[in-house]
Amino acid sequence: MSTQQGGRFFFNVDWITILIYVALCTIGFVNIYASIYNPDTSTLFNFGSNYGKQLIFILTALVLGFSILLLDAKFFSVFSPIVYGITMLLLMAVLVVGRKVAGNQAWIPLGSFRLQPSELAKFGTALLIARYVGNFNPKFRDIKSIFFAGLIICFPLLLIMLQPDTGSALVFLAFMFPLYREGLSGYFLLIFLGMIVLFIADFLVPMSILIPIIVVVGGFFAYQNKRKQKMMFSMIIATVVAIVYLFVVKLAYEKVLEPHQRTRIEIILGLKTDPKGAGYNVIQSKIAIGSGQITGRGFLEGTQTKYGYVPEQSTDFIFSTIGEEWGFIGCTVVIALYIFLLLRVINLAERQRSTFSRVYGYCVASIIFFHVFINIGMTIGIIPVIGIPLPFISYGGSSLWSFTVLLFIFLKLDSNRMGFI
Amino acid sequence: MDNLFNRKYIIQGLFIVVALILLGQLFYIQVASDRYFLSANSNVLRKKYTFPARGIIMDRNNKVLVQNEPVYDLMVTPNLVKPFDTMALCNIIGIDMKGFHKRFNKARNQSRYQRSVFEKQLSVQTYAALQERLSRFVGFETQNRTVRHYPDSVAGQFFGYVKEVTEKDIEQSNGYYRPGDYIGKAGVERQYNDVLQGERGVENTIYNARNVPQGSYLNGKFDTLATSGETLVSSLDIRLQKLGEQLLHNKVGSIVAIEPSTGEVLAFVSSPTYDPNLMVGRQQGNNYMDIFGSPNRPFTVRPLSGYYSPGSSFKPLDALIGLQEGVIDPNTTFNCPGGYWAGNHLVRCEHVDGPISLRRGLARSCNTYACYVFQKLMTQSKYKNKIAAYDDWQAKVRKFGIGSKLDLDMPFERKGRLFTSEEYTKRFGKYWGYTTIISLAIGQGEMSATPLQMANIMAVIANRGYYIKPHLIKGIGEKKDVKEEYLVKNSVGIDQRHFGPVIDGMQDAVNAPYGTARDSAIPDILMCGKTGTVQNPHGKNHSVFIGFAPRDNPKIAIAVIVENAGFGSAYAAPIASYITETYLTGKLSGNRVDRAEWMKKQVVLPEVPRPKQKYLPKDTTGKTTAPATAPATTPQLPQVPKPTAAAADKIVENKNIQNTK
Repeated sequence: MSTQQGGRFFFNVDWITILIYVALCTIGFVNIYASIYNPDTSTLFNFGSNYGKQLIFILTALVLGFSILLLDAKFFSVFSPIVYGITMLLLMAVLVVGRKVAGNQAWIPLGSFRLQPSELAKFGTALLIARYVGNFNPKFRDIKSIFFAGLIICFPLLLIMLQPDTGSALVFLAFMFPLYREGLSGYFLLIFLGMIVLFIADFLVPMSILIPIIVVVGGFFAYQNKRKQKMMFSMIIATVVAIVYLFVVKLAYEKVLEPHQRTRIEIILGLKTDPKGAGYNVIQSKIAIGSGQITGRGFLEGTQTKYGYVPEQSTDFIFSTIGEEWGFIGCTVVIALYIFLLLRVINLAERQRSTFSRVYGYCVASIIFFHVFINIGMTIGIIPVIGIPLPFISYGGSSLWSFTVLLFIFLKLDSNRMGFI
Repeated sequence: MDNLFNRKYIIQGLFIVVALILLGQLFYIQVASDRYFLSANSNVLRKKYTFPARGIIMDRNNKVLVQNEPVYDLMVTPNLVKPFDTMALCNIIGIDMKGFHKRFNKARNQSRYQRSVFEKQLSVQTYAALQERLSRFVGFETQNRTVRHYPDSVAGQFFGYVKEVTEKDIEQSNGYYRPGDYIGKAGVERQYNDVLQGERGVENTIYNARNVPQGSYLNGKFDTLATSGETLVSSLDIRLQKLGEQLLHNKVGSIVAIEPSTGEVLAFVSSPTYDPNLMVGRQQGNNYMDIFGSPNRPFTVRPLSGYYSPGSSFKPLDALIGLQEGVIDPNTTFNCPGGYWAGNHLVRCEHVDGPISLRRGLARSCNTYACYVFQKLMTQSKYKNKIAAYDDWQAKVRKFGIGSKLDLDMPFERKGRLFTSEEYTKRFGKYWGYTTIISLAIGQGEMSATPLQMANIMAVIANRGYYIKPHLIKGIGEKKDVKEEYLVKNSVGIDQRHFGPVIDGMQDAVNAPYGTARDSAIPDILMCGKTGTVQNPHGKNHSVFIGFAPRDNPKIAIAVIVENAGFGSAYAAPIASYITETYLTGKLSGNRVDRAEWMKKQVVLPEVPRPKQKYLPKDTTGKTTAPATAPATTPQLPQVPKPTAAAADKIVENKNIQNTK
């Protein structure tokens, strides 16, 4: 690579995205510092502590990110099956040699450092989906293409479910957005939405009321379409499927889900209150965020944060620190940064000439969106407790690096959008 | 690009919608609701309260009437408790296992992390036994507080009592009180609660999530020390108070003694009484129920809430108003043929004196004289009609304090009773006149006064024309501040020169051979007074005496009422004389010591309880005095019955025939 080429690279790189990225990482560092800060022991900056480590993670992530920018853009498309393959092997390996942390066998110990393959699997899968769509340009009108795309997504999803790490597995549903963009019928999204609604209704409304409602609604739509036989049949089938689904959910809920997951769902649905048990995290997180009020208590002034009332505060519940110390204003700024980043990435994706880059861009935006939505939603009590990190902000090397790689691959592709892949 | 390009907006729109949902929930928990903010503080802050000692109360001679004794509350912080020998703890504080679990669960339901009271008010002895082993009962600690102690065991109604605050108190105090605080519920403890209670101290400590203290909150910016309540100096003379309670022992009634020149109440006796120490400590609830249920209602503060017709003791007021209005002069005589004809009805006298003067009329308690004066007052030519005449008379009587509160510094004062002309019109219709209400002249009829008001009237006469609002607390705090209203002289609108002749009559009532209370004369002291025998529709007549002494430069004005004890001269007058003599000379002279001892032993109790029907007094017509709603529940608190219009005239007659002297 010539220097001229290198100069062109950095000229073409979307610096606005990188600025947002750095801003989010800085916010992360500041709030991790606050979460860990202890008024008695903290004196000087300490590299041995978690905020010290996070600084190292951020610096290495930057190095990693800029190294990616120096790679050849063709590399990602060409090697995507291999990357995917490696991450799948790691996912299988973790089931064998993985270390169990908090009930999830998600970590492979590598010396003093632990690797979380589920994080890597996200961009492995994103790359392969992009490659698949880029190469074959399926419009997802036929069963075959849906099946292939589904296979690429569901294979890692199932492997992660086996760990079992439901939270990380759920993130793979984010790939519905890029597929939708590329032509997957909107009905899939609606059906998916319907499944969620029915799932919730299953807990809140007894079967004896729910089934007649479904039958009446289904019957009504079937009657509306009595002229179009095909539609009428689909409606009847949909009704039957919905009812079967209800029973499957009930059964799966009781047989498949872990007791703690069941409790979490029940707490969110308001069926159970358990302030000292499973609901403790959420209650404390809400108290911390709520106590921030409009302007927040100020840096290092949050009592809930300082005195350790929110468990897992530097990782999954980092948003509670932001909420307490920076208030509604701080929360709004963070959410605005994310939305700005997401919209930016999608706009960048749309200007790509290659389908591969566009699909990959959508994958990046969707994955980040899922993490942000689930994580923040969990800290403010509108989503069950699902342990996934807040991108770029939560403490942890694996997650920061994988998000950095995810994002910077896209930036690289974008900087090279005029070239050929 | 194809039409799929539009899906970009759907996805971006979805992102924005979700972001708005998140912001909406954030707005709710951070801005709209302060619930979480408050929860955050209760998470972190533990307030430790230190309780102030209530202010002490002294009598007028600086003798301590109320002091504080240490007691100990056993506190528990449920989540700190480790398994221990519960039986041992139960034995020390005297509860059983059931009680232990009840208390422990109650504390745990309140809060696992905050301390709450496990057992209240352990004595010093229990505390000593407990303290030795407290280290074995992890999670338990003691907190000291003080409770009241009344060394003389007298004046229960004056002191009132202190109790733990109720839910209602907490609500009404806007959060000032917390469960476990004490508040004065009656008497001085209630009236001066704000002054007596002092300020609670508080220590704010920050605790981390593992309930380990992390130092004081904001360097103790909001911490305070407990400050004790202010000292009160009472106007009571504890010697008189004790003597009064002894004299009224086994009797029902009141003694109120006032220093006329200052309005200070010297004795405030309500009998039956109770030992204020019973209303302290762990047995408070049980004792309360016992006292509450005992006959003659010891909790009733009779000096303030007992309604009595003043009876003959009202006659000095007749004379004073008559003199002031000029309808009589000191030399006016009326003829007493043994009664006064009011229309067709006779108001009888106890005596037949023929021509009788003002002085003698008062000394002999002549009903005829009083009625003539009343008649003259009501028929003055200056009045347009009877309404104007009565209203004017009634306003003059009110100036003496009858019919309105005297604002004594005690709760639950009642104002007495004096009808307005409207009320008479309402009761009798258009046609009533001075003959209809002639019984007012002799202090009967639609007139009731509390013992305090009667004593105050004596203070007015002793002062020759004014009174100072009676009060029980004469100094507040270290500087012994006196409330300004207790320095104001309230004039009753009678010129000073008119008091001489009336006081002459009252002097004779006690000291002349023909006086009604001559047996109660005090050697070497000129006591002026007036007996009353008050008709009581519920039983025997009440014995009343009001007076002051000495005649010149009076030091004490007194009202004594002994319920159901008959003639005023029989019980009330001697009791008043013993109190007066003791106050003025410090002792009783000669055989009066033995007579006072005899008096202390007398038992004059109303016959209670009796079935309702038996309250019908035999000497009156059932029609007039036995309304179906006769307050059988308050037999010892007489109220003048409400007669019907038709029966009104008869009452006048009935009431006077034998009962007023």
